[in-house]
Amino acid sequence: MGGYGFYVWSSYGLALLVLLLNLYLPLRRRKTVRRLLHEFLRLKRSLQPGSE
Amino acid sequence: MSDFLKAIACLLRRDLTIALRRSTDVLTPLVFFIIVVSLFPLGLGPEPAVLRTIAPGVIWVAALLATMLSLNRLFANDHADGTLEQMVLSPHPLAALVLVKVAAHWMLTGLPLVLISPLLAIQMNLPESAMSTLILSLLLGTPVLSLLGAVGAALTLGLRGGGVLVSLLVLPLYTPVLIFGAGAVAGVIAGIEVEAHFSLLAAFLALALTLTPWAAAAALRVSLD
Amino acid sequence: MQYLHKYASPKFFYVFAGKLTPWLAALTVLLLAAGLYLGLFIAPADYQQGESYRIMFIHVPAAWMSMFIYACMAGAGAIALVWNVKLFEMFAANCAPVGASFTFLALATGSLWGKPMWGAWWAWDARLTSELILFFLYIGYMSLEASIDDPRRAARAAAIVALVGVVNIPVIHFSVEWWNTLHQPASVSKMGTPSIHPSMLAPLLLMAVGFTVYFFTVALMRMRNEILERERHTTWVAQLLENES
Repeated sequence: MGGYGFYVWSSYGLALLVLLLNLYLPLRRRKTVRRLLHEFLRLKRSLQPGSE
Repeated sequence: MSDFLKAIACLLRRDLTIALRRSTDVLTPLVFFIIVVSLFPLGLGPEPAVLRTIAPGVIWVAALLATMLSLNRLFANDHADGTLEQMVLSPHPLAALVLVKVAAHWMLTGLPLVLISPLLAIQMNLPESAMSTLILSLLLGTPVLSLLGAVGAALTLGLRGGGVLVSLLVLPLYTPVLIFGAGAVAGVIAGIEVEAHFSLLAAFLALALTLTPWAAAAALRVSLD
Repeated sequence: MQYLHKYASPKFFYVFAGKLTPWLAALTVLLLAAGLYLGLFIAPADYQQGESYRIMFIHVPAAWMSMFIYACMAGAGAIALVWNVKLFEMFAANCAPVGASFTFLALATGSLWGKPMWGAWWAWDARLTSELILFFLYIGYMSLEASIDDPRRAARAAAIVALVGVVNIPVIHFSVEWWNTLHQPASVSKMGTPSIHPSMLAPLLLMAVGFTVYFFTVALMRMRNEILERERHTTWVAQLLENES
């Protein structure tokens, strides 16, 4: 990279990091939301009268 | 006199009376303004040439901060005692009432800042030729600061940490006024024609006068929901 | 209007977005791969800046995205305010973190580009300065949104901030530009996109379109999460989860 390797590659690396982070965060959130919702629905069902 | 005009005059008189009875509210931003500017020579050393170069920026930044400091007073007390809800429910357009409140706020913070600024200019070694420019630029710029600040104050009404939040919201929006306000004063010192600065500051004022009351009124409606 | 409300119903949108995201993700990968290939291997070195100009293929699209996303946020906020459409509220709120991260990317790559070009990590260059102020605007938007507990109220307050911001951005941009030409020392050369050659323009545009598609992919993913959370009391969410487990 003609002596500019550090600057060029850290720019591209940083871009990759930002893109991956923005992808990872919603995926992790999705997992948490699903887990919480399953729990929420299970609780709701168990509290409903006549469900036994 | 129509009902609307009567309401406006009444609101203006009320806001001014209340503020003058609680005079510390008026004095605090002013004292803050003076102290902040006075700190700079202590931090940088009393070299007149240095002070002269930084004076326009320092005085303008201090004016920005002092205005911001006074913003929570704009709606907070009226919100606490329920007056604000009465204003929202009144038959008069809320944007006009907001404009009146901002006008009162400016008379009690912006105008004192403008009036005291020559004293600080002397302290900062600003040449006398730049004095009138400083006063005029502050006179055009501080109303814009109050108007934009009203939107921030209305949005953060009743929120925890509202004081810091309002600075995050409002300070970035203040940059154009700072650039052209301080730029005009620095321009006069450097011997540049500064008519364009004043035209732009006046344009900002016109834009802020027409748009911000609506935004602030909408923000108040959201906050009082 | 009834079309807007039909397609903007959370249930319809959840399913629709779920089908769309894999395609958008694939398109993002394709566009970015093509852009990177053209930008890193095909485009020749710049005769003035050497290889360092290749940072432009990240920096310039990121800067474009930061403004584009703010405009999207304000537009969605306005629609949400006027017609009271929940979906646009969620879109606006989910734009902000992505937009802020692109703004951060533009700032960081600008700094990395500035070091070899100016010999300093930071210069008060017009584009970097406006980008910095835009970053502050994003932070203000997000902190206001986060400090209001009720999501509907938060969305409406944030929409007002975004609208005020979007009116101000051109003014700020112009002011900074003007301030910069006045104070610019002669030694600081302007970095940017001078008389660009087609072999450099192609990767630039590919990267920009790739970032845009990426933004929509991520925004849809975020919105799907929020829909599930907000609609947890409805029967369709219960059925959806029932079918899955």
